[in-house]
Amino acid sequence: MSDEYLIGKEMNLVGKDFVPQDVQPKVMGTGKYAEDFKKEGMCYMKMLLCPMPSANVTNLDASEALAMPGVIGILTADDVPPTDEPGYPMLTMKPRQLGMPICAIAAETEAIACEALERINVTYEPQPFVLDPLESLYPGGPNALESGNVTGGGPDNAPIHTAKWDARVFAEAGEDRLPMGDAPVEWSVGDVDAAFEEAALVIDEPFVTASSSHAALEPRSTLAYWENGKCFIHGSSQSQSWMMPGLARMMQVSLDDIVYIAEYCGGGFGAKASPYPIQGMTAYMAQKINRPVMIRVTRAEEYHLGGTRPGFQGQVKLGFDANGKMTAADLYIVQSGGPNRGSGDYSSAAGALALVYTPTHMRFRGAAVVTNKPWHVSQRGPGQNQLATVVEPLMDRAAKELGIDRLAIRDLNSPEADVVFSNRNSTVTSMYLKEAYNLGAEKFNWEEKKALSGQRNGSKVIGIGVGSAYHSAGSNGFDGLISIRPDGKLYVHSGVGNLGTYSYAGTCRAAAEVLGVAWENTVVLRGDSRHGLPWTLAQFGSNSAFTNTRTNFVAAVKMREMLKSLAAQELGGEAGDYEVANEAVTNTSDASLTMSLADAATKAIELGGEWDGHEYPDNLNDVTKSAMQHVQGLGIVAAAKDELFKEGSAAGMAASFCMIELDTDTGKYEILEMNNIADCGTVLHPQGLQQQLRGGAVMGIGEAVLDRMIYDPQNGLCATVGLYQTKPPSILDIPSVIETDAVNQPDPQNPFGVKGIGEPAMGSAAAALLSAISDATGTYFNRTPVDPDMIINALAGRDQSFTPLQVNV
Amino acid sequence: MKDMMPNFNLVQPADLASAVSALSDAGEGGWAMAGGQDSLDWFKDRVKRPSTVVDLSGVAELSGITETADGGVEIGAMTTLTDVENNAVIQEKFGVLAMAAGRVASPQIRNVGTLGGNISQDARCWYYRAGLDCYRAGGNTCYADTPEGMNREHCLFGASRCVAVTPSDTAVAVATLEAEMVIVGPGGERTVAAADYFIGPDVDIERMTVLEPGDVLTKIRIPGKWAGAQFFFEKVADRNTWDFPLVNMAGAMKVTDGMIEDISLTCGGVECVPRKLSVVEDIVRGSAANEETANLAATSAARGASPLNYNHFKIPLMENLVKKAIRG
Repeated sequence: MSDEYLIGKEMNLVGKDFVPQDVQPKVMGTGKYAEDFKKEGMCYMKMLLCPMPSANVTNLDASEALAMPGVIGILTADDVPPTDEPGYPMLTMKPRQLGMPICAIAAETEAIACEALERINVTYEPQPFVLDPLESLYPGGPNALESGNVTGGGPDNAPIHTAKWDARVFAEAGEDRLPMGDAPVEWSVGDVDAAFEEAALVIDEPFVTASSSHAALEPRSTLAYWENGKCFIHGSSQSQSWMMPGLARMMQVSLDDIVYIAEYCGGGFGAKASPYPIQGMTAYMAQKINRPVMIRVTRAEEYHLGGTRPGFQGQVKLGFDANGKMTAADLYIVQSGGPNRGSGDYSSAAGALALVYTPTHMRFRGAAVVTNKPWHVSQRGPGQNQLATVVEPLMDRAAKELGIDRLAIRDLNSPEADVVFSNRNSTVTSMYLKEAYNLGAEKFNWEEKKALSGQRNGSKVIGIGVGSAYHSAGSNGFDGLISIRPDGKLYVHSGVGNLGTYSYAGTCRAAAEVLGVAWENTVVLRGDSRHGLPWTLAQFGSNSAFTNTRTNFVAAVKMREMLKSLAAQELGGEAGDYEVANEAVTNTSDASLTMSLADAATKAIELGGEWDGHEYPDNLNDVTKSAMQHVQGLGIVAAAKDELFKEGSAAGMAASFCMIELDTDTGKYEILEMNNIADCGTVLHPQGLQQQLRGGAVMGIGEAVLDRMIYDPQNGLCATVGLYQTKPPSILDIPSVIETDAVNQPDPQNPFGVKGIGEPAMGSAAAALLSAISDATGTYFNRTPVDPDMIINALAGRDQSFTPLQVNV
Repeated sequence: MKDMMPNFNLVQPADLASAVSALSDAGEGGWAMAGGQDSLDWFKDRVKRPSTVVDLSGVAELSGITETADGGVEIGAMTTLTDVENNAVIQEKFGVLAMAAGRVASPQIRNVGTLGGNISQDARCWYYRAGLDCYRAGGNTCYADTPEGMNREHCLFGASRCVAVTPSDTAVAVATLEAEMVIVGPGGERTVAAADYFIGPDVDIERMTVLEPGDVLTKIRIPGKWAGAQFFFEKVADRNTWDFPLVNMAGAMKVTDGMIEDISLTCGGVECVPRKLSVVEDIVRGSAANEETANLAATSAARGASPLNYNHFKIPLMENLVKKAIRG
C-alpha cells in the first residue's frame, strides 16, 4: 500500500454526505433526458418490429408509406452496416426475435410515422424458433440462429457453434433433473466425486431462475443529428466515455467526430452500459435524410429491445460434512440468451459459488444457448445474484438437516481475506463478509428473531431469512483528468455515466480530497463529451467507486506534483520545498513564497506544452487523448493513467436479514423487517450507499418474487410487455423501512479504502426473502420468482403448474 | 406497442342526452369513455379503433353519491373510485364496496378511474389485449385455451370458447350488494340487476356487460338490504398495488348470536362474470359463523371448476378465501 494512500488518515470529503449536482434538477424536473431535447428541423422516427419470433422478410414495399404527406424517409438494413451473427443487427430482413427492428420510418410527426408503418407491405416467411434452451439442445431441436445455438466454449473460440445432446441424456434425466450433456464450458477444482462420496449430507436439486426485464423507467430514446461532419447523439445510457469508441465504430467515424450527450439516465441496470443499435439507427437515419431525428421508444419496445437478464436452468449438487462445511459443489447451468452473443452470467455464477461458500472441491459446467427471445444482457449482479437465489435457500436446508444454525453455516463457509477460489485461483482485494453477517445479525437480533420462526397467528406464520451476495466491484487501468482554471477552481472531468448512483460525483471528491480543495470550489464536468471526459469503464459491475477514486487519485497526485514544480520554477527552490494546501502552493519554509491555484492556472496557460494539456502522456487511452482537445489551454491540466497496484477481485459483499409474516390462506406475506449490510470498503458517500442498499433490496425483492418474462411456447408471443405485466415491486410490496449499514473496513488496494456495492445489495435481499419464504412454508421452491400461486399450491399439497425445469412461465 | 393513438372524432358532451345521442349516432364505431384509464391504452395500442369517442367526464349528472329512501345509496357511474372509497356513507353502510374500490389499481388510477368504468371494464386476457384475432376480438380461435396457452390468470368456470375472467374489484362488491344498474340508451332508461348486468361469453363473446352501442351506464343503485352487514373483501394479486386480482372475493353476512342469518358471497377472477357462490351461501345459511362452517363451505367453493394449464391454484385459493370470509 502506497504511503500516499489516505487509508487511516483523516479525510474531509470521503465518507461525508453531500448533495450531488443532479439532485436538484431531478427533484425540480429541470434535468434534461434524451427525450427532452429539441433541435431545429427535428423529425420523428418509428420502427417496424417483427411480429413473430423468427422470420425471413421476403418482401418489403414501403412505396405507399413513402408517398404519404409528412413522411420523410425510410431506413432499411441496406442503409446500415451489416452485422454477422451472433451480433445484434441494427435493422434486418432476417429478424430472429419478436420485436426485432426491420426498418424505420421518419416523418414530421410520430402520428404520421405510425400511420406510415401500417402502410408498409411486408411478407414474412415464418422460421422455426426456440424459446427453451433445452429444446435447442435436444437432437434435431431448432437453432435460434442460422450460425448455431451455443455461444462460448466452441471450437477455436468461435463466437457461436452448434451443440446437440444425445436423446439418452434427456431420457435419463426425465423431467425432474437437468439433462447434462457435454458442456461447452467446464472447470473443476479437486476431486468432486470423491468429496460427495464422503459427504455427510448431499443436496441435489434442479433449478430455474427466470429471465427478467431491466425495466428502466426511461426507455432508450435517442436524438441524433449531424453538424460539420460530427455526429451528435443524445442518449440514455449509464455510461459516458465508455460509449465513445463503440459509437465511433457504429457510425464509422473517428472518435473526434462523435459528440455524446447523456447527462441524465432514468435507469439502466446493465442494459444501457454500452452503445445500442437504436442509437446507431437514429444517427444513420439523421445522416440519410439530413435532418435531426428523434425516436421516443415506447414501453413495449423497451421490453423487446431493452434487454433482459439471462435465465438459468440448472442442477446444483452440494455436499457438506457433519459440521456444515461445504466440501463439494457441482453446478451445471444452461443459460438462456437472446439472438445474439450471450453474457457471462453462468460463469460469474460459478465464481460466486466458489467464493461465497468456499467449497473444498468444485466442478462447474455450463452452456449458453441462444434463443429467439429478446436481447439478453447483464443485469445488476449478472450471474452472482441468480446464484444467490439458488444456493441461499439450500444453505438453509442444509443447516436444518444437519441441525446447525442457519447463520452459523454461512459463517463457517464464508471466505476470509486470503481466500483462493475457482479454477483461476482468484484472490480478493479485501473480504469482510463474516463481519457483515455479524453486524446484520446484531442489528436484526438474529438470536431472538430465529426463535419466532414458524410462530403462528391464525392463518399467519412467521418466516425468518438470511442471505448474501457478491460482485467483483472495482477495476483499474483507466484515466483520470483534472484541470485547475484561472478562476481558481478544480475541474474534475468525469467520464463516469450517471446511472443514478451519484458515484460520478462521489468519485470526483477523491481529487478534491487529495488536493485539499473545498467541494464548493470543485466543478464536476460530465455528461457531454465536449467537456473533455477521460476514458473510464462503463458504469456497470459496481465498479465506479473503486475504479474512479483511483483514476482521480492518480490525476490529483500528478496535479499536486505539477503545482509544486510550477511553484518551484516560478518562485525558486525545489518542488519538494512546496506543499499544496488551502488552495495554494506554498513553500513550507517560507510562506511568502506562495502561488494561488488561480495564478498557477494562468501561468500554466502561458507556458503551454505539458502544463496546459497540449502535451500529455502517451499511455493515455485514445478517448482521453481525443478529450484533451477540449481541455488544453484552459488551465493547468493533469491527465494520468491508473497504474496503481491491483491484484484480485475487489469483492463487494452484502448480507441481508429478513422477517416476513405469511398468510397461508392467500400465499401473500408482509415483509416485517429487512436489513441490508455492506462490505464496500470505506464508505465513500453514506447517503449514496444507503440508497444503493435500499434500491438494491427493492430490486432484489422483485427478482425473488415478482419480475419475469412470460412467453407462449406455441407462437413465441410475449405476455409481459408492460410494467403492470412484468410487475416490478410497488411501494406496497416492500417494507416501509429497510435498515442499512456497512462494516466500513478499508480495501487496501484503493487509495481511500473504497470498493463498490450496487450489485450484491440486490442479491443479498433477494436471497434473504426467499430464505424467509422457505422458512415460513417449509418448501424450497428451486425457482425464481416465487409467485403467490406457487406458495398456494405448495401449502395445499398440490403440484406446481409447471415442471421443475420449465421456463418462460 | 405503438403508443400512438390513431385519429378519431372526440365528442365532449355536457349532458347525458347529448352523450347518448352522440353514441347513438356513432353506432358500432362509438366508444363511451369514462375515466379513460383503460380506453387510452386500447387506443394507444391501436387495437381498438373507434370512429367516435364520447368523453363522459363533462357530464356532471353522472357523478355523485346520494342516500336513497330504502336505506341504500345511489352512485353516479362517473364517480371516481377514490370518492367511492372515501365516502362516509359507503364506508359505514357498505364497507365492502369502499374496501374493493380502495384495492383497485393504484391511487393515481383511482383518482381518475370511475366506478362505472371499473365494473364495466373489458377482459385483461393478454392475448386479447395484444390485438390477436381471438373469439372475443371477432375472430375464430382462442389462444389462451390451448395445450400450451399461458393462462395463469384465466377462468375456472364458464368457459365458452373464451376463457377470460372479470378483472374488476368493484364488480364483485356490487354483485354481493345486489346492486341495480341504471342504463340510459337511445330507447330511454332501464334498470338491470347486477346478476344480469355482467354477461359471459355464452351470451355475447365480444362484450362483458349488457351495454349495447349507444348505452350509457348512469348509476349504480345499492339497495338497503345489506346495509351495516358484516363485510369481507380480499384481493389476492401478485402485487399489493397496481395489479389485477388473481382471485378476489366480496362477502356480506348478517350474523345474529353467532348464527349466519343471511349471506351474499361473490368471487372474481375465476369466471367471465362475478361468480355468485350460491351453493356456499346455501350451505352456511343458518349455521354458526365459525371455523367448522367455514371448512364445510370451503369444500364446495370451487366445485365444478375446470382448471386450465396454469391456474389450478385458484381452486385452493377460492376455498381459502371462502373460509376467511365465513370465519370472519
